[in-house]
Amino acid sequence: MDPQALQTALKARFGEVAWQYSESPRGQRRLVVPAGQLESYLSFLKTQCGFDLLIDVTCVDYLHYRGARDRFGLVYILGPSTSGERLVVRCYLNEPDLTVRSAVPLWEGANWLEREVYDMFGIVFEGHPDLRRVLMPEEFAGFPLRKDYPLRGRGERHNFERITRNQS
Amino acid sequence: MASGLLDPPASTIEQEYRWTLNFGPQHPATHTTLRIVLEIEGEKVLNARPEIGYLHSGFEKIGEHLNYNQYVTVTDRMNYISPLANNIAWHHAVESLLGIDVPPRCQYIRTILFELARISDHLLSNGACALDTGAFTAFLYAFNQREVLYQVFETLCGARFTTSYTRVGGLMYDATPKFIEQVRQFVKNFPKVHADICRLLNRNRIFVERTKGIGVLTKEEAINRSATGPIARASGVTRDLRKDTPYLAYADFDFNVVCSTAGDCFHRYLVRMDEMLESVKIIEQALENLPPGPFNVPMADRTVLPDKTRVYNTIEGLITHFEVVMTNRGFQTPRDECYTAVEAPNGELGFYLASDGSETAYRARCRPPSFIHFAMFPHLIRGHLVSDIVAVLGSLNIIAAELDR
Repeated sequence: MDPQALQTALKARFGEVAWQYSESPRGQRRLVVPAGQLESYLSFLKTQCGFDLLIDVTCVDYLHYRGARDRFGLVYILGPSTSGERLVVRCYLNEPDLTVRSAVPLWEGANWLEREVYDMFGIVFEGHPDLRRVLMPEEFAGFPLRKDYPLRGRGERHNFERITRNQS
Repeated sequence: MASGLLDPPASTIEQEYRWTLNFGPQHPATHTTLRIVLEIEGEKVLNARPEIGYLHSGFEKIGEHLNYNQYVTVTDRMNYISPLANNIAWHHAVESLLGIDVPPRCQYIRTILFELARISDHLLSNGACALDTGAFTAFLYAFNQREVLYQVFETLCGARFTTSYTRVGGLMYDATPKFIEQVRQFVKNFPKVHADICRLLNRNRIFVERTKGIGVLTKEEAINRSATGPIARASGVTRDLRKDTPYLAYADFDFNVVCSTAGDCFHRYLVRMDEMLESVKIIEQALENLPPGPFNVPMADRTVLPDKTRVYNTIEGLITHFEVVMTNRGFQTPRDECYTAVEAPNGELGFYLASDGSETAYRARCRPPSFIHFAMFPHLIRGHLVSDIVAVLGSLNIIAAELDR
């Protein structure tokens, strides 16, 4: 879908003020949407605009980013299954409300990707069927990819309980 | 919160015959450390719950603390079956963030290396799939060719495995005539070995019966579950980033995108086999047309480390070297975010980079194809037998280091 048609379609569905469309110097398309309506935007892009392939879900913590107004930027990268173009859909989240609607009803592929974002950043996806930690152990307390989490951890290794052969 | 992994299922009469079986984390057929909790009835797999994270080493966190040149050593360790592909993918992403266009010679060398990496990845993936399904000889043929490729890489950059060959705006060294001669030799000999492997497997009754019709992924499911690369192409999704958004020098070459519609393990194997021949075609064309000239961006751009002879013999070279190395004088990066992907052997390997203007990435997200493909494993194995697990695992080409990062 060409950028003009995409913007026209978005205008017809969501009005003109809620979202922002931009293009990077290298021609990458970005769309910033309100966090509360993320699911309806994704659903609209999937069903009406042909972006039926979910490429990636990730997040950026802007805690130490100069001039940033929001804490987290949640990123969904979409693409059509008929060409190689990519659309980066972003929404911003702030503490204490780190909750968005899950995209798993739209794409099964979002399942583990959202679990990873939950695991690493602590963003809660409402309506996710199986929101558990995926990479870190279940009893882990912190969110390692947040900027206030130190590179070398917070003593997790030392706090592991020692088990001898007889106890196990 | 979902129930615990090993909680017994709610007890009913028919469920009492069910077993819970642990597959991994240490098992010869997982090849690396991953664990699958299987719910089986006799030999039939009713459900599978993958548990990953055993190799999680925080690559993305490290990426926020190493600069753009240093992080290439970490990308070696992601998909260690084809480290060169990761090196190139990483620096391709960095260069598209910085807005650098590398010289044609560098693009050609990178393309050759990317395709060599693809061949070595597919050789191991198909060889190991055959090994796990009982065809040992094909694995040896495949690994023998990988050894040849290791020697080619050693000639090129001195390392066989952890190559770290690319740099921002160029390469570590130029390709030598000896390297080019070795690649020529390889592409000359490889089709014969490829035909041997095909003869060993394509009509091998045991191999075909263990892979045909196993782990079928339909086209709709492939799209729904974000499959990319050979796995999507075996299911009829005709996408290949090398054709769709040509990067490096792919626009200059004539090659085909290999597709199939069956979507089972056997066709994933066939797609990989045929892709290797397409790679050979690309390498041959690139070797014929390898342009002369510089392999790095000009020294004046102050992004790439200058050649050592210039560092030791000219004052400009020395100054540039120190400026690139010093933390407060190094890279000038835009305050921007970008997602750049390449068609890695395993699927779409993308990097989402957020930069805050310093020489270190603010966020270096890697889109790992293994992670996304392994998520569909329960869907593929449900209803099949325990012995089919290794066939499906092998055909998905799960690399645990990339899975867990």
